[in-house]
Amino acid sequence: MECEREAFPSDRMVNLEQDFVVPNRLGIHARVAAQIVKLVNQFDCELWIVKDGNKVNGKSILDLLSLMCPQGSRIKVMASGRDAAGALSALAGLFQSKFGES
Amino acid sequence: MGQSSIKIQGIGVSPGIAIGKTYVVERGQILIPYYKVSGDGPVEEECARFERAVVKAENDLESIKQRMYPELKDHSYILDVHQMILRDHLVYDEVLRLIRQENLNAQWALNKALVNAHELFDALEDEYIRSRIADVDAVGERLLRNLAGQEIDALNGIRERVIVVADDLSPADAAQLQVERLLGLVVEMGGRTSHTSIIARSLNIPCVVGAEQATKLSRMGEVMIIDGASGLVIFNPTEEEISDYYERQEALEAYLKEITRKSHLEACTRDGFRVSVEANIELLEEVVAVKDNGAEAIGLYRTEFYFMNRTEIPDEETLYNHYRELAELMAPQWVTMRTLDVGADKLSAWHPSVKEANPALGLRSVRLCLHFRDLFRMQLRAILRASAATRNVRLMFPLISGVGEFLEARKVLEEAREELQRRREPFDEKMPLGVMIEVPSAVAVADMLAKEVEFFSIGTNDLIQYSLAIDRVNEHVAYLYEPLHPGVLRLIKMAVDAGHKAGIKVCICGEMAGEPLYVPILLGLNLDSFSMNPQAIPRVKNLISRARVKDCRSFVKKVLGLGTAREVNELLQEMALKRFPEEFKFFDPSALTPRGVDHVGKKAMLKSEGCASPEGDGACIRV
Repeated sequence: MECEREAFPSDRMVNLEQDFVVPNRLGIHARVAAQIVKLVNQFDCELWIVKDGNKVNGKSILDLLSLMCPQGSRIKVMASGRDAAGALSALAGLFQSKFGES
Repeated sequence: MGQSSIKIQGIGVSPGIAIGKTYVVERGQILIPYYKVSGDGPVEEECARFERAVVKAENDLESIKQRMYPELKDHSYILDVHQMILRDHLVYDEVLRLIRQENLNAQWALNKALVNAHELFDALEDEYIRSRIADVDAVGERLLRNLAGQEIDALNGIRERVIVVADDLSPADAAQLQVERLLGLVVEMGGRTSHTSIIARSLNIPCVVGAEQATKLSRMGEVMIIDGASGLVIFNPTEEEISDYYERQEALEAYLKEITRKSHLEACTRDGFRVSVEANIELLEEVVAVKDNGAEAIGLYRTEFYFMNRTEIPDEETLYNHYRELAELMAPQWVTMRTLDVGADKLSAWHPSVKEANPALGLRSVRLCLHFRDLFRMQLRAILRASAATRNVRLMFPLISGVGEFLEARKVLEEAREELQRRREPFDEKMPLGVMIEVPSAVAVADMLAKEVEFFSIGTNDLIQYSLAIDRVNEHVAYLYEPLHPGVLRLIKMAVDAGHKAGIKVCICGEMAGEPLYVPILLGLNLDSFSMNPQAIPRVKNLISRARVKDCRSFVKKVLGLGTAREVNELLQEMALKRFPEEFKFFDPSALTPRGVDHVGKKAMLKSEGCASPEGDGACIRV
């Protein structure tokens, strides 16, 4: 889960993407989806999540739930905007912590 | 003036006559109007109207979150989810788009967005994820209410003493009723055992339910008359009717005053048979009514309230404090505490909701407790601790279906005791333990159960529902809910006989126990104690004191040989009118007779007409 962490000039548009594996036993259920949406909404960027060719808005809880991501799902997160790097690195932290679950 | 009155026959569920002004509450259904908005100004105003509804919903959810118990903040995520759904592009952006591009009004646009969300979720394979659509619906309903200007607390607008007429009242509505301004209650839905009926009886307010079309026939502010005993509702009454009912009201009040004065005496038949008359309660505040009406004990304390009327689970200390206070208020009289008796749907506030095709046969009551054992043990610890000082607490498990399930529940009780011993918390080691007899299989093995427990308590509401296979809140079959069904009477007799053979007491605590007409039958079936709403006690005690148990036993012998509930009912009414004329002059015994099938079909038809909409399905949401 490598992430580009160099500082970017804050007014530049940035496009980044990163792959994640859903680490927790219950997968992305309502509580986890709420955590993700709450987190990424703090960043000024657009964020898309892609799984099995379906691309949804990562800032929408309903989109995220309907993507259906059980444990082990591989997802690609695409972020674009001035806070894209910040969003991805925060998201990486959340995945690392397994959303506080097992 | 001068035109004739309109009468409708509902089900009288809480006796008394009310004459007064009408207050119509119509908000069980959210109507979704279909109209278009055009022109830039109106379109933007419609968007702003939607925005205001969203902001209000956000604030309401926030304040619910603030009121939550601090130790339960873990569960607040569901409210976060709701707040996120409010601003989700599938809802929020879509509604604004539909208003701007298709010129739909906000409600119709929202309804359309909800239908689309349903389509999206219905197609999903994962059942858990699919069921989250319930959260979308909850948010949608909140918004639709805001848009329609329907406050959840519509009942707060009452400024004078009125008869409230509504199509339906939720338990939350009923709990908000301003008793001092309420002369009477008329509801279109429901039956004798619906929540509204139970609340009305416990508040001692005349109430008629199942009063079809009452909201359509009544006009705000007009005079109406209701007879909560016979179920008669009179709209626009004539002068004669009004004066006639004032007279009846006066005579009735005088009679009730007299029997209430005598209700402090012990209940004893003319031939010296003692019966314990006890009270069913749900709230601590009801202890006043328990004492005023002369109950000898609390035969049923429903412990659901502190689990249901809040967003989150209470903790052991909160429960313990309530339970102990109740035990202290009642000491030395007994308090019989029934463990949590709710369906899984009631726990959805803090647990992902369980979707059940058939909740009455599903995860509820003691089964639910055995499923969530930590919760169950927590409640048992609170009850055990409450018994420590006054030693007047009895415990019973509801919905026990057999010995195996009972032993399982007792094991959890044992664990709770051990935990308290480890914590060095005192409790009553000899606290009597009983089971509720409300599943037919428990009756079949009553002899075996009787060896394990210290008392039986027959819960007739569920026993009738399960033995007759009748959903008592389903209006299509409610007429088959027959307390006097020979099968039901025999089951009660079997349970009583099995209990007595094992030397334990048998109590009855369903609605049946509080119905004066059934007193002769229950006496004849040899029940040891009757537990009922406190307000029913004076009338029941009065009848017990006028009855002879010998006559009742031979009457029951005769009744048990009859094949149909109708025959039992006819014989009982005839006997009641002859033996207890003072009582049944005021309370028409035929008012209890279930009505036939014909009116049910009519009602179903009316409802579907009300839902007509230009776009087919989804035009009105029942809540």
